[in-house]
Amino acid sequence: MKMSYIKLVSLSAILLFAFAQCSKDRPPKKDFEGTYVQEDQMGRPAVNRILVPASSQNAFNTTIPSQMHGAFFSDMLTTLYSLNPNFSTNFIGQNDTMMVSLFATDVLTLSTTGVTTFYDGSNIITGRKLSDDVMNFELTLIYGGPTGVNNPGLTDDKVNVNDKAFSNSFPYLATPH
Amino acid sequence: MNRFRILFALSIVGILSLFLMSSDHADAPAVNGSTADISDFYAFAGQNGMVFIATLQGPLSPSATETAAFDENVMIEFNIDNDGDYIEDLVIQALPGTRGKTKRVWFFGPVAPSETGKSSTVMLDAEYQGAVDITAYGEEANIEINAKGMKFFAGPRDDPYFFDQTRFDAILGGTASGFHPIGTDSYAGKNVMAIVIEVPTSLLGGTGVLNCWVESKRKQ
Repeated sequence: MKMSYIKLVSLSAILLFAFAQCSKDRPPKKDFEGTYVQEDQMGRPAVNRILVPASSQNAFNTTIPSQMHGAFFSDMLTTLYSLNPNFSTNFIGQNDTMMVSLFATDVLTLSTTGVTTFYDGSNIITGRKLSDDVMNFELTLIYGGPTGVNNPGLTDDKVNVNDKAFSNSFPYLATPH
Repeated sequence: MNRFRILFALSIVGILSLFLMSSDHADAPAVNGSTADISDFYAFAGQNGMVFIATLQGPLSPSATETAAFDENVMIEFNIDNDGDYIEDLVIQALPGTRGKTKRVWFFGPVAPSETGKSSTVMLDAEYQGAVDITAYGEEANIEINAKGMKFFAGPRDDPYFFDQTRFDAILGGTASGFHPIGTDSYAGKNVMAIVIEVPTSLLGGTGVLNCWVESKRKQ
């Protein structure tokens, strides 16, 4: 009699615990009903801030990628020449329209089978690792000319690593300051 | 008389809200510094799949990090295009919320969205789901793994971005002609609110290469 009472109590305790776990995992569906509308968007780093004219940056943030090229290509081409009036080609062999076309649609290409890096000397935008010096690469495309050596004062900010080391395991980011 | 009072009150509210809206939108960029502000986006091969990271609200000082929180009205949506048309074929939606007293982020997907584009509804019946308690500032990272092997994290982390933004702004502003011989990382000592997911590659579809991007979407 006493034994079965204990069994009953422990069984209910287990059930209660399981229920509590389930209820914690279960999403608060009512809170997630309704429509959510785009306020910000990002694929590649700094595209909006560097190549989109200030007056269009809000609009760029709320545009879907498939419509970006049509809406912003010509403005971004103008911005490229205001940054570098002498632009001809960049060191990955792109002329002005090829390069601006690449950046006008702000998505990040990701290889799911190969090396993933923004630029490592041979692979070009196959992903973006935490340690990639993305700004030096983008600035070299804009200012570096056909071989990447033009305007050396504008292509390297001399900040080439993060202030805290990244982890090799999930969640990869460093602990906060 | 009553009807007149109601109409009068309503018109005052209407005029006030117009005024408030326009003052909010006078600042450009509108999203800068808001809880929907995306700081950075990363996608790379991790230990057990593809890793997607969205950092938000950065750069946060340590004292600002103590009170920083995810906005429960803002969805963070990772978009995946598998056929090169720049329209999402799959999404993973991250929704901050509260269950009891626990602050968590729930995840839905990868799943084909019911509609593509600027407006979304939460894919509450997605086959793949997960949830993780939001890691509090200063505490050990909470990590959850679901039955499919997807991993989840949400909480404050070091701002992973590094760049001499101050000097570059001076260059763009015409007050400097180039970078310093020794740069200064404008994001050193700063934090972000981060959402990190790792997804087994088999759940992402495609043929070896995909396009991806992140969006913040506010509940209307």
